[in-house]
Amino acid sequence: MNVPVMAEMAANGNTPEVLFWVGCSGSFDVRAQKITRAFASILNKLNISYAILGKEEACTGDPARRAGNEFLFQMMAYNNIQILNGYGIKKIVTTCPHCFNILKNEYPELGGNYEVIHHTVFLQQLIKEGKIVIKENSPYSGKKITYHDSCYLGRANGIYEAPREVLEALSAELVEMKRCKSKGLCCGAGGAQMFKEDEPGNKRINIERTEEALATNANIIAAACPFCNTMMTDGVKNKEKEAEVHVLDIAELIEQSMVGE
Amino acid sequence: MHFIPQIIFIVLLAVGIYLFAKKVGFIKANILMGRDEIINDNKPLRWRNVLLLAFGQKKMFKNPLVAVLHFVIYAGFIIINIEVLEIILDGIFGTHRLFAQPLGIVYNFLINVFECFAVGVIIVCIIFLIRRNVLHIKRFLSNDLNGWPRSDANYILISEIILMCLFLTMNATDTILQGRNYGHYAQHITGNFLFSEHLQFIFNHLSSPQIEVVERMAWWLHIAGILAFLNYLPYSKHLHILLAFPNAYYANLEPKGKMHNMPEIQKEVLYAMQPELIPADAANETTHKFGAKDVADLSWKNLLDAYSCTECGRCTAACPANLTGKKLSPRLIMMKTRDRMEELGKRREKQVENWQSDEKSLLHNYITTEELRACTTCNACVEECPVSISPLDIILQLRRYLIMEESNAPQEWNSTFSNIENNFAPWKFSPEERDQWVNS
Repeated sequence: MNVPVMAEMAANGNTPEVLFWVGCSGSFDVRAQKITRAFASILNKLNISYAILGKEEACTGDPARRAGNEFLFQMMAYNNIQILNGYGIKKIVTTCPHCFNILKNEYPELGGNYEVIHHTVFLQQLIKEGKIVIKENSPYSGKKITYHDSCYLGRANGIYEAPREVLEALSAELVEMKRCKSKGLCCGAGGAQMFKEDEPGNKRINIERTEEALATNANIIAAACPFCNTMMTDGVKNKEKEAEVHVLDIAELIEQSMVGE
Repeated sequence: MHFIPQIIFIVLLAVGIYLFAKKVGFIKANILMGRDEIINDNKPLRWRNVLLLAFGQKKMFKNPLVAVLHFVIYAGFIIINIEVLEIILDGIFGTHRLFAQPLGIVYNFLINVFECFAVGVIIVCIIFLIRRNVLHIKRFLSNDLNGWPRSDANYILISEIILMCLFLTMNATDTILQGRNYGHYAQHITGNFLFSEHLQFIFNHLSSPQIEVVERMAWWLHIAGILAFLNYLPYSKHLHILLAFPNAYYANLEPKGKMHNMPEIQKEVLYAMQPELIPADAANETTHKFGAKDVADLSWKNLLDAYSCTECGRCTAACPANLTGKKLSPRLIMMKTRDRMEELGKRREKQVENWQSDEKSLLHNYITTEELRACTTCNACVEECPVSISPLDIILQLRRYLIMEESNAPQEWNSTFSNIENNFAPWKFSPEERDQWVNS
């Protein structure tokens, strides 16, 4: 697929309207790569002027900072800000709530000031502006969808409605889990938990959350975070429900439902 | 002889207030053990938070039934304290129902309102005692509360019931004596009050001097009880009725996802990357301790948080780690922080030499690495807290100390760190492959 890279664009003297920050999961995780491609495909379909940093992108430092390694975080942030400022980036869209949170809230103090948008908010705007039009025979119309709030989008940044509004555009039946919005239960990946074994306990957090999602009888668990996606997908597999229940990112749902080639 | 009750009253009041003030000083000194943090931006929003979160108890209303019940106790408690003003003045000047004459009919109205609240408080306290001790509510059954904290909660509810009963008894007996035209009671005819009227039957068979004894006892016990309660507060979780207000004012206004920056490390990294920026006197800069090991390393706001905590356990009930059987309980993080402050504070009071170093610390001796490592930083605890406490902020500062001062990380995290450092991603992928998703 054709994805513009910042370095080439800059070499040609062009600046994109928005930089697509892919994030580590979106770049390397095989499942999350599909989300990245879906979102890039939406950008391509709409002829949005964007670019990725490509090989120049590096971890924002989120897991290091949350684990307690401030030195490593500061090093990553320093280098990323050098690159972003070097290209004169003004606006960033990202499919990862962890990247979103840290770029939006924690980079400004270090000299990185950008307008940072999470892709669910970006998609909501595009739908509102009428740029994204949902097909009449959308594959998700009439399907039962439950949305799992990402902590770093929801509680961390107060974004609860944008992802839901995007889902409503699919004419699907939106059902809420017992714990949702500000009370939404974590998937278990945040705070660098993704990168280590659980502490001793009697259950994995993603199993608890998956049980709640399955209790809604939804066909689709919609996520807005690649880490939540991994955790919920594992949970659904653990419950042997992968044939009936699919964990999909909001970008994937839109990409498959929108008008345009 | 005539002045003796007044003298006793003034002494009692003075001792009560003195002891309370002394304890307030102790707590203030404990909170100021914490490191400096300047919180003075956006004053209008801060006052708004005091109104909404503290006075209005906005967060409590996530569970409306409990919120209304809690509001009755709180409003009753505050409003009935207006009556305490009269009691204190009566005590000092040797008067009786000082406000009755000047306020006239308004006085009766006020006392009737107070009685409504008193009855409300009694009913709600009984409901809360049942909730805590009979109904199986997980956050009250939790082992977090074993020992003193569980008794503390019950003592508070029971003393509130006793205080309110004394208030009603006082009014009931007073109005009987008014009706009998007995002694000085006849000089302040207020007439019967809404609820205490129905308690008169308990005392009606007694002689007037006997009733006077009951009335005086209720009056004295009520005010002595209030002073005792005031002095109990600083030892109790009930301190939240005072500290919820400053804690709402100093509540975090940033998005919850934002972690505190560490400018000292930011600077160090900057100097490593751009040595030309190192100032000439950089060598003289004091070395910092990174993260928090003990209460003195936390900010004073973290310590104010700990004293504001009323151990309700909403945080722990929402904590995904705790829900799935991990050792972490955000409520315990706050309780242990307070315990550690108290321990150090007592050493300071006793003027123990080097009172700050007793070979113990908040990290390890009170809060274990296992608890800290179970946190997913999901902010559920912060979101839930009705009095604007952030257990997460403390957890993250202790984590920083573990990693940066003790190099104490699980092996997987060390690999993650080295991957981020060398491959710019938490997994062992080559940075050259970062854009491979385009082709796959």
